[in-house]
Amino acid sequence: MADMNRERHRTRETAFYLFTQQSLPACKPVLTPGWVVEIVDRYDTECVPEAFRIDKISYIQDDSIPKNCSRFMKVHKYMKAPIYIYYQLDNYYQNHRRYVKSRSDKQLLHGQKYHDTSSCQPVELNSGQPIVPCGLIAWSLFNDSFTFIRERAELKVNRKNIAWKSDRDHKFGKNVHPFNFQNGTLIGGGKLNPKIPLSDQEDLIVWMRTSALPSFRKLYGRIEEDLDADDVIVVNLMNNYNTYSFGGKKKLVLSTSSWLGGKNDFLGHACVIIGSSSLILAIVFTLLHLKYRRPHGDTSYLPWNRKSLSG
Amino acid sequence: MAKGRIRAKLRKSHLYTFCLYQGPNGKGQQTVGGPGFSRIVHCNGPQLQSERPFKYRSNDISTTKYSFITFLPKALYEQFNRVANLYFLGCAIASVTPLSPFSALSMIAPLAFVVGLSMAKEALEDWKRFMQDMEVNSRKVKVHTGEGAFGKKAWEKVQVGDVVRVEKDQFFPADLLLLSSNYEDGICYVETMNLDGETNLKAKRALEVTLDLDEDEDFKNFKGIIKCEDPNPSLYTFVGNLEYNDQVYALDPSQILLRDSKLRNTAYIYGVAIFTGPDSKVMMNSTNSPSKRSRIEKKMDYIIYVLFSVLLVISLISSFGFAVEIKYSMPEWWFLQPQEADDFYNPEEPVTSGISHMVTALMLYGYLLPISLYVSIEVVKVLQATFINQDIHMYDEETGIPAQARTSNLNEELGQVDTILSDKTGTLTCNQMDFLKCSIAGTAYGSSTNAVELAAAKQMANDLEGKVELDAVVSYSEKDRQSPIKGFNFEDSRLMNGNWLKEAKVEDIILFFRILAVCHTAIPELNEDTGSYTYEAESPDEGAFLVAAREFGFEFFQRTQSSVFVREKYTASGKPIDREYKILNVLEFTSKRKRMTVIIKDEDGQILLMCKGADSIIFDRLSKDGRFYQPDTTKHLNEYGEAGLRTLALAYKKLEESEYSAWNTEFQKAKTSIGADRDIMLENAAEMMEKDLILIGATAVEDKLQKGVPKCIDKLAQAGLKLWVLTGDKMETAINIGFSCSLLRQGMKQICIPAIDSDVKEEVKGAILKQINNGSEMIKAEKDPHAAFALIIDGKTLSYALEDDIKQHFLDLGVRCASVICCRVSPKQKALVTRLVKLGTGKTTLAIGDGANDVGMIQEADIGVGISGVEGMQAVMASDFSVAQFRFLERLLVVHGHWCYKRIAQMICYFFYKNIAFGLTLFYFEAFTGFSGQSIYNDWYMLLFNVVLTALPVISLGVLEQDVSSEVCLEFPAIYQQGPRNLFFDWYRILGWMANGLLASLIIFILNIVIFYNQAFRAGGQTADMAALGATMFTCIIWSVNIQIALTMSHFTWIQHTTIWGSIAAWYLFLFVYGALPPSISADAYKLLVEALAPAPMYWTATLLVAITCNLPYMTHIAYQRCFEPMDHHIIQEIKYYRKDVEDQHMWTKERSKARQKTKIGFTARVEAKIRQIRAMMNKKH
Repeated sequence: MADMNRERHRTRETAFYLFTQQSLPACKPVLTPGWVVEIVDRYDTECVPEAFRIDKISYIQDDSIPKNCSRFMKVHKYMKAPIYIYYQLDNYYQNHRRYVKSRSDKQLLHGQKYHDTSSCQPVELNSGQPIVPCGLIAWSLFNDSFTFIRERAELKVNRKNIAWKSDRDHKFGKNVHPFNFQNGTLIGGGKLNPKIPLSDQEDLIVWMRTSALPSFRKLYGRIEEDLDADDVIVVNLMNNYNTYSFGGKKKLVLSTSSWLGGKNDFLGHACVIIGSSSLILAIVFTLLHLKYRRPHGDTSYLPWNRKSLSG
Repeated sequence: MAKGRIRAKLRKSHLYTFCLYQGPNGKGQQTVGGPGFSRIVHCNGPQLQSERPFKYRSNDISTTKYSFITFLPKALYEQFNRVANLYFLGCAIASVTPLSPFSALSMIAPLAFVVGLSMAKEALEDWKRFMQDMEVNSRKVKVHTGEGAFGKKAWEKVQVGDVVRVEKDQFFPADLLLLSSNYEDGICYVETMNLDGETNLKAKRALEVTLDLDEDEDFKNFKGIIKCEDPNPSLYTFVGNLEYNDQVYALDPSQILLRDSKLRNTAYIYGVAIFTGPDSKVMMNSTNSPSKRSRIEKKMDYIIYVLFSVLLVISLISSFGFAVEIKYSMPEWWFLQPQEADDFYNPEEPVTSGISHMVTALMLYGYLLPISLYVSIEVVKVLQATFINQDIHMYDEETGIPAQARTSNLNEELGQVDTILSDKTGTLTCNQMDFLKCSIAGTAYGSSTNAVELAAAKQMANDLEGKVELDAVVSYSEKDRQSPIKGFNFEDSRLMNGNWLKEAKVEDIILFFRILAVCHTAIPELNEDTGSYTYEAESPDEGAFLVAAREFGFEFFQRTQSSVFVREKYTASGKPIDREYKILNVLEFTSKRKRMTVIIKDEDGQILLMCKGADSIIFDRLSKDGRFYQPDTTKHLNEYGEAGLRTLALAYKKLEESEYSAWNTEFQKAKTSIGADRDIMLENAAEMMEKDLILIGATAVEDKLQKGVPKCIDKLAQAGLKLWVLTGDKMETAINIGFSCSLLRQGMKQICIPAIDSDVKEEVKGAILKQINNGSEMIKAEKDPHAAFALIIDGKTLSYALEDDIKQHFLDLGVRCASVICCRVSPKQKALVTRLVKLGTGKTTLAIGDGANDVGMIQEADIGVGISGVEGMQAVMASDFSVAQFRFLERLLVVHGHWCYKRIAQMICYFFYKNIAFGLTLFYFEAFTGFSGQSIYNDWYMLLFNVVLTALPVISLGVLEQDVSSEVCLEFPAIYQQGPRNLFFDWYRILGWMANGLLASLIIFILNIVIFYNQAFRAGGQTADMAALGATMFTCIIWSVNIQIALTMSHFTWIQHTTIWGSIAAWYLFLFVYGALPPSISADAYKLLVEALAPAPMYWTATLLVAITCNLPYMTHIAYQRCFEPMDHHIIQEIKYYRKDVEDQHMWTKERSKARQKTKIGFTARVEAKIRQIRAMMNKKH
């Protein structure tokens, strides 16, 4: 007891000491303009070799053709870490009702213990065995991969913590391992390492947060180094994913972010427009009020005092 | 009982000359036993009635809509009779199929809630009706239980054939055959006010053969069989006969006592129940109260249809889009595995998919139709009705009865009333006559305050001084004139306390009072508590005369078979003297004769004829010498008439013995004659005697108006309402009341269409049409803007005027007249007139009445109001609202009606706005999902949207909104016109609100989509997924619609604040709690708020931006409206806000006086007319 008291006493003393010495921990806000820099590179067409460009679908469906591809991205402005890597798909209906419904949250959490996976139709069973994770969403997992090289040195890409924490902790089972996945005749998207539990399969977790619109970006990872202006980044990518069937574009996006999120000019414009129109309306009404002043409670406006109405 | 015995010596029939004559058997007796006349009643043998075919319906009545068994199917049918509910039922059924875009629960739960609540309300209302029936059914009556003993039984237990004993002032429990009464000749009096509204008592007379059955013991062995007509609704006919002691006696209506009429002036009667319960004539007359719907609700159906069409259109678009996508795009979307697709997504069969998608789409966009609208409206209306019931200003302290909204369906209709159709007796008047003034020998007695003149003088004086005193003028007529003696309200010391002895023409005065005390058919009754006499008179006028005579010192205290005894209190000697007058003949009052005469012989042997009657009748029959007082009396009579008093002229003549006996032989001959011309002979004989009279004076009796009636009529007129009076009374009485209510005034042009005696129908019709057209032309030709017209029409004429080819002319004339009075109208005609006005003008009508004779019109009108607190509940039972007094109508309409109209109108508009704003975002989103039927919102959000998250603010708007306070409503009745003009629920406004909703939906959707479509929205760099975007969008909707309602409201109590801001808080709370549940329940909303949305500044920025943008257009609109086109309530709100009414009272009163609708009836208008008249006269003089 005595020890604890003394301990508390000392901390209080320390705080007091720091206060008297004017060296309390403090935050020193500096108003600095924050710019969000964004680089977008569409690669779906360029990454198909010239020879296959007439029939991209057969190219992408042919496993024997190597799918690697290199892209160059020029950094036009200084980018401060973390730099977010997104892949963007267009014309991809992740919000289609058939697609959205085709999953089983309980199976994702409890694995094979959970049997009723009828909601996963049509990707529920394969040769009588349940599929984990089941459903169209998991089956069509995006599987292009990217590595980034700057001046011959590979940039470190952090691919952890790209999914929501709650998803990792509570929605995807820690002891649930992929099972019987992509073993059917129809291969959709990427495969999963059966050794890694679902809660650590962050690409899957991200993918399974279905997007609201047919054009969407999903987080791939973070570059945790600053990029300088005029840096040239070489992107080595595996162009595995089939968007060619439905003419969907694929884009790679590098973007920094501010406190308000990503690059979002529209929000700013909208705020300015609405703000200024409110202001203009206010001014207009003030002027109108000054010009055609109607004193409050002016009884001449009462209908029985108005000639036109009383008739 | 003892009293009854004593009086039983009297043979009342002696008093009667004209009525109650039992002629030879009427027609129709032969038909008894034939078809339609099969009823057989075993008197005193109810046990014989227990088997078919003599088993008739029991005496319990039921006015309930449902029974325990029929409630469920019937109530469900009623619920799903509504288009919207049927649609939701379809959705609920479809929701268990895989086509449903939502979980089945989210479709079924709200429907079950909504329908369940509505049905609970129905059940509650029906329960109330059931309790009322119970009250009637359990009333007690004495029934013969065998062996000459009578025991009390509940009404419902009375069976056909039972002998019942009904005591004075009780209602008859069933239609009875009168057997005997306490009077020896089997006469009894009934009051049929509940049946036909007539206040005069009607005499009924038993058959001679049953007269002896006038004691309980006599019924021990009483047996008889009545064969009569089957139950029918005709109140005035009865065909049947009685087999008694092996003889057959014919029965006619004068032996039939109808249920719901009341025994008066008779100690008791015995009767046999013939028709019980639903078979009784009054119940046959009652129709089921039609379920009424307000105008707003009817219009709402059209809005629902509009929205339903929109729903169909967007569903078709969706289905078409879906089919196209399925056919052309789906095969390319490998991620959907199109090759495995079942029927709904089969690219091979886009048409099937499209059609089945139609079902999905119809369900998905169902949010356009507010499922909770009906139930919210019902909740609101029930609460509004509670406020009406609770209103202390509509609580009658005398009777302890509050106003009651019996159905809550019509609250808002109260705010749109255009025409009021009112009964007279019991509604405008109390059915109490007060002796107010008299004119004796050319001198007027009685306080001569003419309220109109006084008020006019006062206002003119004020105008000169330049100040406006409004209240003084209006309230003057409200002067409390309470008198301690019922029926006597006379103030003039010259006649009171025997002072008349000092008057100049004392002889005439004595004669006048003697006529009052002798010329009547009443019976005195000693009130043992006070020692004074009360009188049982046939009409309240007569009672008032007797009371007046008593107060003047001529107390009528005994009637024997042949004499009337009067105690004269003030005599020359100072001692009271009892005088006996021998009654020689009575020629009683009938509505045709309009006069009553008695011929008496006083103690000195002098034969005197005393006559009282309508002035015109009496004046025609005066002798040359008898006209001495006529000019003065006429002047007085005119004054009384204008004040709305009921006048009678009094006259007498002295007869010589020989003269009398000559006439009497003639008269007796006529009296004993038998045949069709008996009546004519009697009338001629009477005519011979009633001539050469000497006028002595006139009386003025006030048909006492109920408290506050003139003021209320004045206010209602100022509010722009038209008032039609429909009365069963005679024309003169109706006109009197017209004057005392200020519906008529001097200088008003009266278009009188009296009854026309002619047998040729075409002729009569032609004459009526001519009169109507004349009237119309007169009005058209009138140039004076102040000229007012009144239409007074008799019931007989009315029956022609209501025929198809004339009724439009009649209505046109009636609408142009400032006041319309219909006299001697039957209950059916009341209903017909109401229907004519309702359908002919297309405007809202309100009928108010107190008796069973008003039931038809109460049911027919858009709103029926019953006067509660009087005996007999028929009118109240049939009504939609009941008030204790007519004057409460003012507050009911001008305050509650106005409020409820605006509340409901705004509420419905807002409802459509919010559902369009929400529902359409679902549609827009479809375009981005390949029309697949995916909703962006979680099922729970949608489920809660209507039921919880936006339900309470709109209910608080509907229940508590007040544009102006109740005082202002009453001070500015003109504001009421917003309702009849329907300023708040016209298509312009409805479509405006819908456009506002459309705009809001577009803003919400587009802004959110563009802001969130691909950019990181939270700190970790993650982009928004469907759950996050859905929740954000939903947040924006909640904010927008709640801010919108805050802008709509103009009256904030803590309740409104709590509901509005609480709803917004509830959304966050819900999201928080729902997100905290395990992911197996909360699915994609798991920790959505805590982890993703709340920490993201973008979420809050977007909410702010969207909420403001959505409300900017409406804000601009109201700012513009307030600035440049303010409505009357806006100005008054401002005046109140700046307390200008307190600071500048002159302005306030001036505006109030101006605010009156230009009205031609009512007290104020009358005062103004008087002022104009006086001014015109003054101008002439100068």
